[in-house]
Amino acid sequence: MKNIIKITLIIIYFLFIIVSFFYHYEVGEAIGKNFLTFALSMLKIVPVAFILIGLFEVWIKRETIEKHLGKDSSWIGFFWAIILSSTTAGGLYVAFPIAAVLFKKGAKLSIIFTYMGAVSVCRIPMTIFEASFLGIKFTLIRLLVSLPLIIVSSIVMGRILNKTHFKIKGN
Amino acid sequence: MLILYLVTFILFFISFFINRQKTIKALKIAFKKFCNIVPAFLTMLIFISIVIYLFPHELIVKYLGIGNKYLSTIFASLIGSITIMPGFIAFPLAGILREQSIPYMVISAFTTTLMLVGIITFPVEKEFLGVKITIIRNVICFVIAIIVALVMGVAFGEIGI
Repeated sequence: MKNIIKITLIIIYFLFIIVSFFYHYEVGEAIGKNFLTFALSMLKIVPVAFILIGLFEVWIKRETIEKHLGKDSSWIGFFWAIILSSTTAGGLYVAFPIAAVLFKKGAKLSIIFTYMGAVSVCRIPMTIFEASFLGIKFTLIRLLVSLPLIIVSSIVMGRILNKTHFKIKGN
Repeated sequence: MLILYLVTFILFFISFFINRQKTIKALKIAFKKFCNIVPAFLTMLIFISIVIYLFPHELIVKYLGIGNKYLSTIFASLIGSITIMPGFIAFPLAGILREQSIPYMVISAFTTTLMLVGIITFPVEKEFLGVKITIIRNVICFVIAIIVALVMGVAFGEIGI
């Protein structure tokens, strides 16, 4: 039932956009253009990201991830999570499938949550952009304040969720 | 961007030459995962297209420039949480806000929630983390963004201590 409503709404949305383009209804045209712009920018990254995730899944051994990012890994695991996040292209929507595959390979939750948080704040191209428009001081403060908070909250989340046998879906 | 394509291309061919079966399996995994998430991506894109229409840049510039700086900070963090923008649009916009001498605290509340808090990516995130954890994670991120904004305010002398 829920799915039928959802599909109906999606169909109505697209009908609205198509009709708007026929009758030059500005609101619909603007929304349709927004949809296209964002869909295209996502299509540039998402297929490539999923191919990399697929390769990762078949080639990287579970033991490797467990050793470096798993339960018994040291603080260096958090360092790896941040490095990985800074090189993640796209945005959060790419980070979730990556988080899911890391979970499947045995990475611990605190590191995965750190990764998801860090993807938002320290992707390299974005950081450079920010520094050039708002200054290095701004960027440094943001990173130095947000990263420790992300790590601490991720550790707390990880501890609590481990007790509830939480699982990341999508595999 | 180009580097990403190049790296993927090279890794794919190395993988293909070492083990053809495994590479085909990787492609199947990629395709399956992609198909599973398409409905959520579609929902997200529909939200994005509507929200971007409702919050054009002129409106954002106008609303962040008025009134009390604390109110503006809250306002900025709410707009930042609801909307989504790629960096190459968001930071030039932040530059414009700066030229209008809008406090760093307000700009930070806007850009940091823009990056950290994803109300719009909710349909995708809940597929992986479930509704409850998605909400908790985003609330935590919101709080972090507010703390960052307050520290900015102090660091740039906009809040006196």
